[in-house]
Amino acid sequence: MVNLEPTSPDTAQGLQGNIPQGLSPVLQRYWEVLDQVPDPEIPAISVVDLGIVTRLTVEEDGGVRVVLTPTFAGCPALRWMEKTVQEALLEAGAPGVDVQTTFENPWTSDRISEAGREKIRNFGLAPPPRRRPGCASPDLDVLAQAACPRCGSQNTSMKSPFGPTLCRSLHYCFDCLEAFEQFKPL
Amino acid sequence: MMAFSIPTSPLPRYLLQLADDQLVMGHRNSEWTGLGPILEEDIAFSSIAQDQVGHSLAFYEILHQTYGLDNPDQTAFNRPENGMLSSWLVEQTIGDYAFSLVRHWCYDQAVALRYESLAQIQDPNLQALAMKLRGEVKYHTFHAQTWMKSLLQGSEESRLRMLSALKEVWPMALGMFEAWPGETDLMQELGSQGDPWYPGEKNLQDLWQTRAMESLASWGVEVEALGLQRLEPVLGGRQGYHSEHLAPLLEEMTAVFRLDPQAEW
Repeated sequence: MVNLEPTSPDTAQGLQGNIPQGLSPVLQRYWEVLDQVPDPEIPAISVVDLGIVTRLTVEEDGGVRVVLTPTFAGCPALRWMEKTVQEALLEAGAPGVDVQTTFENPWTSDRISEAGREKIRNFGLAPPPRRRPGCASPDLDVLAQAACPRCGSQNTSMKSPFGPTLCRSLHYCFDCLEAFEQFKPL
Repeated sequence: MMAFSIPTSPLPRYLLQLADDQLVMGHRNSEWTGLGPILEEDIAFSSIAQDQVGHSLAFYEILHQTYGLDNPDQTAFNRPENGMLSSWLVEQTIGDYAFSLVRHWCYDQAVALRYESLAQIQDPNLQALAMKLRGEVKYHTFHAQTWMKSLLQGSEESRLRMLSALKEVWPMALGMFEAWPGETDLMQELGSQGDPWYPGEKNLQDLWQTRAMESLASWGVEVEALGLQRLEPVLGGRQGYHSEHLAPLLEEMTAVFRLDPQAEW
């Protein structure tokens, strides 16, 4: 089964995250707050690195508006994430917080930051393969070719496209003879 | 039970049909949770069910926000049977695993076609949603095809059971493409490319059937001999007429909701 202990926690240091460049100090601070809010299913990665925060604005009265988009439409953790995002911002001093979930900027696995991909790997999951240029939806041929997150081997086979959460598939590595999971490309 | 009036405009009616199919199919598929023949299949059907209920929620939300229907919980759980526009295929009980797999294959291939066409609509929100959901359904069709192929090419017993399930499912699968009021109007609506985005049920059925027959032939099924072409569709769902299986499903699905219909979840 998946090893839940991070194996090499520092390898994500210095990699590109998902906080936009050139923000005002107040927006920068709120983004950094959200960058500490963990994904409930893969707590090693933040909701920002996961790419589900699609907009963050501050109104004239200081109220913060956040727009989230779900990874999978049936994600059961969504309400929980809305709540934790709201609580984190209130705790950071926002006078009011409005969190909305929309499909306006739909999530794809390419929205996960470079740092996030490395954190996923350190968590013991294979990160999703990137989409080939010009592909509007995931190319399932690449799903079966996950590299083992433990030993890096390509000598693996997909056991099932459905795993313990909606965003994971089940694989087996013929070199380290262990099962592993992949964060599914979408 | 609240009085419910079926939307008269073509687009919301079409979206309601899609949402109802996903809700009822999701509920049925969830009945495999804990009963799947192997752990991976238990997880697969449970995950697919979770996706499908999630898809229905996304459409009920749009119907609520944009087209004035009641909120998603009320629309999903507080409607009389004749207000449900799902097809007969999705309400049938799970049967044996062959039946559920063949239904899953027939159903998700059709959903994929509907999302492909909906992704051409002008409304940017619906377009984005359809693109997104289409990616999720790819995993469903991939799963269904894998099992159709391996069981149709497996042992003599697995092949016979799949062929028998095909004959049982087929007439109801054709019923997914039942004509509905407003269909011809929706076929006139121009999409983002300047062409009509919705081809109509007859064209969707032809496309679905051609692809299904090709796949079956590639898995060694003698389609002619099986006689699928001679089977007649089972109709009624899109007009609110249902088999004896929907009422008990609704009874069970809405039992907790009905304890306190105004509860905040």
